[in-house]
Amino acid sequence: MKVLVPVKRVIDYNVKVRVKADGSGVDLANVKMSMNPFDEIAVEQAIRLKEAGQADEVIAVSVGVKQNQETLRTALAMGADRAILVIATEDVHTDIEPLAVAKILKAVIDEEKPGIVLAGKQAIDNDMNATGQMLAALTGWSQATFVSELTIEGDNAVVTREVDGGLQTIKVTMPTIVTVDLRLNEPRYASLPNIMKAKKKPLDEKSAAELGVDVTPRLKIASTSEPEARLAGIKVGSVEELVEKLKEVGAV
Amino acid sequence: MGVLLIAEVNSGTLSVDATAKALTAAKQIGDVTVLCVGSGCSDAAQAAAKLDGVSKVLCAQDDAYGHDLAEPVADLIISLSSDYTHIVAPSTSASKNILPRVAALLDVMIISEVTAVVDADTFERPIYAGNAIQTVKSSDIIKVATIRTSTFEAANEGGMANVESIDACANPGLSEWIEDKVAASDRPELTSAGIVVSGGRGVGSEDDFKIIEGLADKLGAAVGASRAAVDSGYAPNDWQVGQTGKVVAPDLYVAVGISGAIQHLAGMKDSKIIVAINKDEEAPIFQVADFGLVADLFDAVPKLTEQIA
Repeated sequence: MKVLVPVKRVIDYNVKVRVKADGSGVDLANVKMSMNPFDEIAVEQAIRLKEAGQADEVIAVSVGVKQNQETLRTALAMGADRAILVIATEDVHTDIEPLAVAKILKAVIDEEKPGIVLAGKQAIDNDMNATGQMLAALTGWSQATFVSELTIEGDNAVVTREVDGGLQTIKVTMPTIVTVDLRLNEPRYASLPNIMKAKKKPLDEKSAAELGVDVTPRLKIASTSEPEARLAGIKVGSVEELVEKLKEVGAV
Repeated sequence: MGVLLIAEVNSGTLSVDATAKALTAAKQIGDVTVLCVGSGCSDAAQAAAKLDGVSKVLCAQDDAYGHDLAEPVADLIISLSSDYTHIVAPSTSASKNILPRVAALLDVMIISEVTAVVDADTFERPIYAGNAIQTVKSSDIIKVATIRTSTFEAANEGGMANVESIDACANPGLSEWIEDKVAASDRPELTSAGIVVSGGRGVGSEDDFKIIEGLADKLGAAVGASRAAVDSGYAPNDWQVGQTGKVVAPDLYVAVGISGAIQHLAGMKDSKIIVAINKDEEAPIFQVADFGLVADLFDAVPKLTEQIA
C-alpha cells in the first residue's frame, strides 16, 4: 500500500508575523519557512506505517511554489521515499486555497492510487482546517479527522478522534483520508546522513495546469489587518491585592 | 432563499449557546432555517424553534446521524442545499469535520472561523493564530462557513418557529461509530463558560493540575490548558485553548503557569478580563493580562482559592 502525505510550506511557527503596510497580506519575504507542524506528524505516521510493514511506499506531495522543494526534502530526510511538487504559483505570497489543493491532490491520487492519505489537520498560516475533508469529498472516500490514534485492520482503519467533549472512536472504510492531531506521535528529527540521502531521492515536478486544475481563488482577499492590540494592565503585588482588584471590577 | 444554520446537537440535546451565537451571525445575512440532525433530535428541534429569529426548523432523525459522522450528514446537507444561499454552523469539532466536505461537494470554498459578517458575501476571519484578520469576499454561489462563536452574542429566546420533519438520505456507509469517551464533568463547558482557569507547562504534572481544578471549582469555572500542558500530558486535549484547540472569550480568564505563546493567545485574548500568574515576570502573557501577579503558582493558587469567597 502506498501512503500519500501532503505537506505545506508555512511561516515557521516561532516567527512573529507582520502584516504588510498596504494591507495586502502577511510579509513572507525573507522569513524562516518550515513544514507545517501538523504535516510533520503526518509524515512521521506514514513512516511508522512503513516501518510496521503496513505500507510499502511513502510519497510526500506539496502544492505551491518552487521553494516547496525544501519542505519536500525535509519529508524525504525524515524517511519518505519520493516526492512530488506541484507548482501552482510563482508568488510566495499566494496561498493556494484548500479547494484547489484538494483538486490537485485528487489528480495525484488518480495517478498514484494510495491506500491512505495522511494530512495535517490544519495549516498554521491560513488556519482553514479544510484540505483533508475536501479531498475526502472529491474522492468520495471516508474521512477521519483530528486523529490521535490510528490502527489499520484489513480493509478498515480504526481511529480515535479528538472532539469537543473528549474522544470519539470510529471505523472507516479504506481507502481513507486521515487528518492528524497533535497527540498522534512525536515527529523524529532527520539525521545528517538521512539529510544527505534525501538529496538523491526522486522529486518530480508538475504544474497545476498539467493536472488540469484551475487554482483561481474563490475568496478574494479584500484586506488584511492587524488585530486590535490588547493593552497590558497592571501588576499586582500579592494574592490579596489581586482578589481586591477582581472584586472591584466585579469579576468574582 | 436564505441561510441554513446547522444546529449543534449533542446526544439529542441542542447546544443552545453555540447555536444561538451562530444564529446571531446568520441573522445578519438573511432568513434563517435551522437544521437539527441526530438519531433523536425532536427535543433539540423544539428548543431551536424557540430561538428568536428562526423562521423554520428542519429535523432529520435517523440512526445514521447519531454521532456526527461526516459522510452521511454531508450528504443530507447537500440534499437540502439548493434552497439556500448560505450554509453555516457554529465552529465546533463536528462542523469543522463536516462543512469542508459539504463545501467541496458543492465545488465552493469553505470560509472557516468567521468572526464578523460584513455583508452577505464578505466576512472577516483570523489567520496566523489571530495575528492577522483577513476580510474575504466570496464569489461562490453558495457560501459555506463556520462561525467562531466567541465573537458573537447569543440570540435570545422568544421565537415560535414551525418544526418540520424531513427524511434521511441514503447512508454511504463509509464509516461506523464505535465509542465516545467523554469525560463526565460537572464543570461548565469550556467554550461557553463565564470563567475559565487554565494551566500551562509551569504546572509541572498531571497531579499538580489538581490545584488548577481546585481554583476552577471554587470559581464555578471551566478548566483549560495550554498546548504545552497538553503536549506534556498534564491535561487532556479537549481542554486545549489556542489556535489548534478551543477559542474562548469568558468574562474572566485566569492563566496559571502559562507563558503566553502566540498560539495560546489566539484562543483567549478576547476574554473580558485576563489574570496571569507566572513566576517569570518577562512572560509574554503579562502583555495581555489586565492583572498580572509575578509569583510561584504553587504558593499563589492555593491562597487565591482560599481567599475567593
